[in-house]
Amino acid sequence: MAYKIISSQCTACSACEPECPNNAIREKDGTFIIKPEKCSECIGYFDEPQCVAVCPVDDTCVIDNSYPRYVAA
Amino acid sequence: MDIQASVASVESSQGKPLDQVLQQIAEHKGCGTSSEGGKASCGSSTAPEDMDPAIWEKVKNHPCYSEEAHHHFARMHVAVAPACNIQCNYCNRKYDCANESRPGVVSEKLTPEQASRKVLAVASTIPQMTVLGIAGPGDPLANPEKTFKTFELVAQTAPDIKLCVSTNGLALPEHVERLSQFNIDHVTITINMVDPEVGQHIYPWIFWKNKRWKGIDAARILHEHQMRGLEMLTERGILCKVNSVMIPGINDKHLVEVNKAVKSRGAFLHNIMPLISAPEHGTVFGLNGQRGPTAQELKALQDSCEGEMNMMRHCRQCRADAVGLLGEDRSSEFSTEKVMEMDIQYDAEGRKAYQEKVEEERQATVLAKQAEMAGLEAEFSDLKVLIAVATKGHGRVNEHFGHAQEFQIYELSTQGSKFVGHRRVDLYCQGGYGEEDTLPTVIRAINDCVAVFVAKIGGCPKDSLKAAGIDPVDKYAHEFIEQSAVKYFKEYLAKVKSGEVVHEVRGDADIRQGAYIAA
Ligand code: SF4
Ligand code: SF4
Ligand code: SF4
Repeated sequence: MAYKIISSQCTACSACEPECPNNAIREKDGTFIIKPEKCSECIGYFDEPQCVAVCPVDDTCVIDNSYPRYVAA
Repeated sequence: MDIQASVASVESSQGKPLDQVLQQIAEHKGCGTSSEGGKASCGSSTAPEDMDPAIWEKVKNHPCYSEEAHHHFARMHVAVAPACNIQCNYCNRKYDCANESRPGVVSEKLTPEQASRKVLAVASTIPQMTVLGIAGPGDPLANPEKTFKTFELVAQTAPDIKLCVSTNGLALPEHVERLSQFNIDHVTITINMVDPEVGQHIYPWIFWKNKRWKGIDAARILHEHQMRGLEMLTERGILCKVNSVMIPGINDKHLVEVNKAVKSRGAFLHNIMPLISAPEHGTVFGLNGQRGPTAQELKALQDSCEGEMNMMRHCRQCRADAVGLLGEDRSSEFSTEKVMEMDIQYDAEGRKAYQEKVEEERQATVLAKQAEMAGLEAEFSDLKVLIAVATKGHGRVNEHFGHAQEFQIYELSTQGSKFVGHRRVDLYCQGGYGEEDTLPTVIRAINDCVAVFVAKIGGCPKDSLKAAGIDPVDKYAHEFIEQSAVKYFKEYLAKVKSGEVVHEVRGDADIRQGAYIAA
């Protein structure tokens, strides 16, 4: 799995973008999105997913169940 | 965010009102170089030691520091910093940072390139524009690349513009060094507590070192960074102003401690602002019914901190992209679209000449008040009254009652007039005529005043004001505010003495809760 951003909740504050260790986050059409293939759920980098930890709106950066769980190489 | 950023009200560190210092400086000019004779007319000999002249130079034309300067010089803010690294219970991040903006306002986000173009466009059109602030919509130091890039671009073309930045302080220690490389005029830190026990009720979490910290740990880290940041700024000689949000029942009494702590660490000015809280803002405090202070509660706290250090009372919590003098907001003239099309000629010489003219105008207001003070000083009376003034700036009574978006409040006593705050009323009059139902709102906002000075007023509101016990005064139209205020007070005293007027203690007033939305 990867993380995804619920775009209807995103304030486009951009706080998550520079925190992502995989450069998986970018701006698209006035909101921010996570590229699932790049997201490692921060495993191997940090104890908590950075986008979740920094996002000012609760439940906006959430697990994307349509993706298989990330497995560290 | 210091969109929202008093001379008359500000006290210097020795407790001397800033306008007295101003007067003394004006007098010093008049003193020439004659030694003996000059001294006598120079008033108190403490003037020069009162304030480091270098600090005074920075402060006197600064609309964020000086209420009086606010009448003559303009500031602007650009919203280049949307991200934040903490959460405050009075903030909803759908809107701008609530530390300096009023809750519920949204600013147009700009890239550093768009922002610097806008600054030059405004500075070329409005020569009074002397200060550029970055205050959000999030925390400028949580967006260091965008903030510093904007400063760099502006400094290249317009080195005369003073730069300032407002922050919650979490990321301040790591950026002080880089900040000091720029021509930073001052830094504002919002400090609501010096005790993490108090802080945990204000800040639910912070993001620090790749981790979300909660509760008392979060408040402790934030507190340590704020204090260290403030000390580091002081060591480098960068002026620092402290903002505090007064939250009744949470930090209202504690702010006296905050005042002491920031003063001892070298903060130059302390600005206590009311919590603005309403359920529709969607903030934690808004939703749980936390109320803001009344005008009397706010003034009592500001008064109790005064004497301790400089207090600032004119912060109007305006928007992160505001442009203009006082309550005026000309930001709609400078939308990104318009700015991109403008042909911008930055005229440094023209700006300088204009600013010198403004300086003369300012000296004139100070001297006029001083002249009027003659005769009042000899009066013995402990009467104190508040008056409201409708003004567009330049230190004059020059706004129509129905057009005023805010009133400036002055306290009058035998000491003279002193600016003590302002009250927003937004537009009472929308289309050239008064609207009946908004008048009571205006009256509630200035209910603690005995009079309201206006350039013009209609017959209807005049009668309603009189019925509410507020004297509508239009005879000082277009005259200097402070001189007129002193004149009025002399007359008031005479009427009380003769029994023509019975002096009564007025009630409390409302602090308006809505977002500042006027265009
Ligand atoms: S979970 Fe980590 S890796 Fe994935 S998008 Fe968020 S910050 Fe990037
Ligand atoms: S931190 Fe949250 S609100 Fe801000 S851009 Fe990222 S997802 Fe959107
Ligand atoms: S510092 Fe507080 S008020 Fe300002 S943007 Fe961050 S959370 Fe909002």
